[in-house]
Amino acid sequence: MTTTENPADAPVKEIGRDRRRKEDRRLITGRTQWTDNKALTGLLHIAIVRSPFAHATIKGIDTSAAKQLPGIVGVYTAADIGADQVQLPCAWPVTKDMRSPQRPALAGTRVNFAGEGVAVVVARSAAIAKDAAELVEVDYDELEPVLDMEEALKDGATLVHPELGTNSNAQWVFDSGEAGSGGNATEAISKAESDDDQIVVRRRFRQQRLVPVFMEPRSTVVDPTGEQLVMWSSTQVPHILKTMLALTLGLPEHKLRVIAPDVGGGFGGKIAVAPEEVVTLLVSQKLGKPVKWTETRSESLLTAHHGRDQIQDLTMSVTKDGTITGLDVKLLADMGAYLGLVGPGVPILGAFMFNAIYKIPSYRFDCTNVFTTKTLTDAYRGAGRPEATFGIERLMDEVALELGMEPMEFRKKNWIKHDEFPFTTVSTLTYDTGNYEAATDQAMQMFDYDGLRKEQAERRKRGDVKQLGIGISTFTEMCGLAPSRVLGSLDYGAGGWETAAIRMLPTGKVEVVVGVSPHGQGHETAFSQIVADQLGVGFDDVEILHGDTQSSYRGLDTYGSRSLAVGGIAVVKAAEKVIEKAKPIAAHMLEASEGDLEFAAGKFSVKGTDKGVGIQDIALAVFAAHDYPEGIEPDIDAHATFDPENFSFPHGTHLSAVEVDTETGFVSMYKYVCVDDVGNVINPLIVEGQVHGGLAQGIAQALYEEAAYDDQGTLLSGTLVDYTLPSAADLISFDTANTTTASTTNPLGVKGVGEAGTIASTPAVVNSVLDAIRHLGVKDIDMPTTPYRVWSAIQNASGTSGRADEANVASPGAGLGSTARDMPEGGNL
Amino acid sequence: MARIRTTVDGLVYEDDVEPRMLLVQYLRERLGKTGTVIGCDTSNCGACTVHLDGMSVKSCSVLAVQANGAEVLTIEGLERDGQLHPVQQAFHDNHALQCGYCTPGMIMQSIDLLGDNPDPTEHEVREGIEGNLCRCTGYQNIVRAVQDAATKMKPGAAPTAEAGAKQTVAGGGA
Repeated sequence: MTTTENPADAPVKEIGRDRRRKEDRRLITGRTQWTDNKALTGLLHIAIVRSPFAHATIKGIDTSAAKQLPGIVGVYTAADIGADQVQLPCAWPVTKDMRSPQRPALAGTRVNFAGEGVAVVVARSAAIAKDAAELVEVDYDELEPVLDMEEALKDGATLVHPELGTNSNAQWVFDSGEAGSGGNATEAISKAESDDDQIVVRRRFRQQRLVPVFMEPRSTVVDPTGEQLVMWSSTQVPHILKTMLALTLGLPEHKLRVIAPDVGGGFGGKIAVAPEEVVTLLVSQKLGKPVKWTETRSESLLTAHHGRDQIQDLTMSVTKDGTITGLDVKLLADMGAYLGLVGPGVPILGAFMFNAIYKIPSYRFDCTNVFTTKTLTDAYRGAGRPEATFGIERLMDEVALELGMEPMEFRKKNWIKHDEFPFTTVSTLTYDTGNYEAATDQAMQMFDYDGLRKEQAERRKRGDVKQLGIGISTFTEMCGLAPSRVLGSLDYGAGGWETAAIRMLPTGKVEVVVGVSPHGQGHETAFSQIVADQLGVGFDDVEILHGDTQSSYRGLDTYGSRSLAVGGIAVVKAAEKVIEKAKPIAAHMLEASEGDLEFAAGKFSVKGTDKGVGIQDIALAVFAAHDYPEGIEPDIDAHATFDPENFSFPHGTHLSAVEVDTETGFVSMYKYVCVDDVGNVINPLIVEGQVHGGLAQGIAQALYEEAAYDDQGTLLSGTLVDYTLPSAADLISFDTANTTTASTTNPLGVKGVGEAGTIASTPAVVNSVLDAIRHLGVKDIDMPTTPYRVWSAIQNASGTSGRADEANVASPGAGLGSTARDMPEGGNL
Repeated sequence: MARIRTTVDGLVYEDDVEPRMLLVQYLRERLGKTGTVIGCDTSNCGACTVHLDGMSVKSCSVLAVQANGAEVLTIEGLERDGQLHPVQQAFHDNHALQCGYCTPGMIMQSIDLLGDNPDPTEHEVREGIEGNLCRCTGYQNIVRAVQDAATKMKPGAAPTAEAGAKQTVAGGGA
């Protein structure tokens, strides 16, 4: 057998390798630890009794029949367990005068959305609990539901929470003129109105309400029998949950332990302190027994938080040669009945993203959050950024049309050039790196943009039943949530740092404790790759520990594409500290001075000699601790917290081609190309997987999904029959690629990839649907662009829009593709 | 209560069950076969897919009593002598899972699909797993994995895992 001469000098770099995931083995063999799998001796099960009405006062609850059922341990109203006195937390008071209703764990006297819990049944089995829940008689007095955001803000409107005196939660305004980061947008647009060399384009877009639909329904088990009260929960945020439970319920934080075992997806939907988590805890405390709650899918769709749901009124002024002069954004954002953990802040994140990759001299953003009697909204994959990206990328197409410019040419004329980075935007963020030209060139080439345009022209010419449409989205996003000081300036209730700790075990193996909390992202694999490179240890010698506040006591969990860009950097910092702590011990062992040592490939060497000692040997040496230098501790473990100095800014060019059947309105994906710059890539396999999944969710918003309510406030899409997730047969294989400009704000040069696909794809697809049938006179179609809506739009195309649907989404005149000059005045600005 | 006798992953069980108990509840709550999971209540998601006498079924749509006298194979019974089934291996090799919640059902359905159609086109794979929902992967790598497994399971490539307990399977060992 031949050996390489000095393998230690040429280690295989783990970063950049397409390592297969460590996580997979137990997941593909069924050896999983989902919360609902948890079985404890004496475990009791609960079922929640939920309101069928969107808005009603509770006159009485009769639990007597339910209590008679064999196997029932207890039936409790809100008052019985103090659930009506709880104030579930909202950590993001976006303005000083934000109006905040009390959000109880169970409703005491009034329900404010259909599905709100009013009582809880405890039984020996989940089946008995569900049976008994059906026997609980609740006497309601129905109130008017509040469903339409614009109506809700009018004088005399029915109030969701009369005690607040209004349905407005908060108004949040950014004005670049006031901020000093640009001009006054109102003035710029008004000047453009009377300037013959400019046009003003106004559009109204509707961001429909979506449901995250993680595949694992939420579940919580609470065991109060030990010294610490232990909660297992299907959550993205075990650390935040623990601290918030302590603050909310007045429990001593050190008597609480929260565990997020295997968690089956989240997409923002498991960033919460859920009422059911609190109810499970209260019941377990009352009975002194372990208690489990697991939701059904219908409960999940009805009561786990929703996302999106905005009305966007956008105005852009532009010179006739295609230079943007001003952008005004006016949003109404539906909060639903209560404020979620970060709900009010979600649309506000969009404030920084509407200007996107473009140089916009004057910008104004004005968002009003509105209460309605619907399920509350909160973070869903992208959280505020998909909404903004959709708005601006749809608008860019509309303005290009009005100008008679090719949509990509209009974008190119206005985007930040690669040699202009770092670039401080009109919304005050500093984009460190990017190259929109490179990503676009590659995407256009992979897509065969010119070839598809030719095919489109041919199909048009011959009046093909299936028309081809091409849509563009050139997007950026802010990732790596977040610099703590920035969060402070936005009145967010926490920081944005992340923590990691490294334990060097005596046998040379390495345990890495992280504060981020994975639920499908592959942290165990990617972080092992980082540690392997940093410490020069084997990939398989590293174990990543997460999701248990007992081992990982400090962390801010996983959301906002932060796990790598913030959590991964904390891992790097901890590894650096390990090496730093090991250095004097290595010097002692090698009888050399620290200044003569260098560390590479897991080994300290004395420069210019063949003397060296491995870091894993040092771990054993400090464990024995027989011989180490005076004045230091015999320990090379380390703990680090990283607070980012800036967000990171992935970007990309997404191109969609769809076929629209003009006779049925059916839209089929034809081709999808995206080239994303997510900075340096740790594991290309994982990155590609994140992009695929993100695309599927963004495409689903464009084509398939909507949480629809009827005029009584009843959710119509309360099962997976009605809330139509795409299946494999609905989607195609995507062509994905990466360009790379390394981020300069973190040592790995990474940017984050979790949300990119979702943020970018929705406008690309809708732009392509419209592009296919615009020549038939169609101006706009609300999402999701279902066959019925597309067909209706085509049928009504001579002079009206594609809004011939049931959804109550738009005021008259909205979305008609009109420019300012032929549009009725008022309303939009 | 009804008395049932079933073989699950090679072991024989006899139990009294409520007539309304679903097979998936029986597997999870009575036998501790928690590898099979529940993702919905309308038989749309397919997360609970198992094999009943060699055919894939959504175990939320089958009563436990219907499994009386039958042989049930779950995700936990696929591995043989420490060797993964070629479809399990292909899911790992092709990064066909992220959170992994849909994976047991997706693998069981894919095995059934390959039984019917040993060499499916991309379109046929997509149609064949249409009843199984995944929210993480966008399906692309699942399709790849199924086609990769088809190649590895082709006659001559290696014997299939389900044919017997003792044979070797292609690409075994994670």
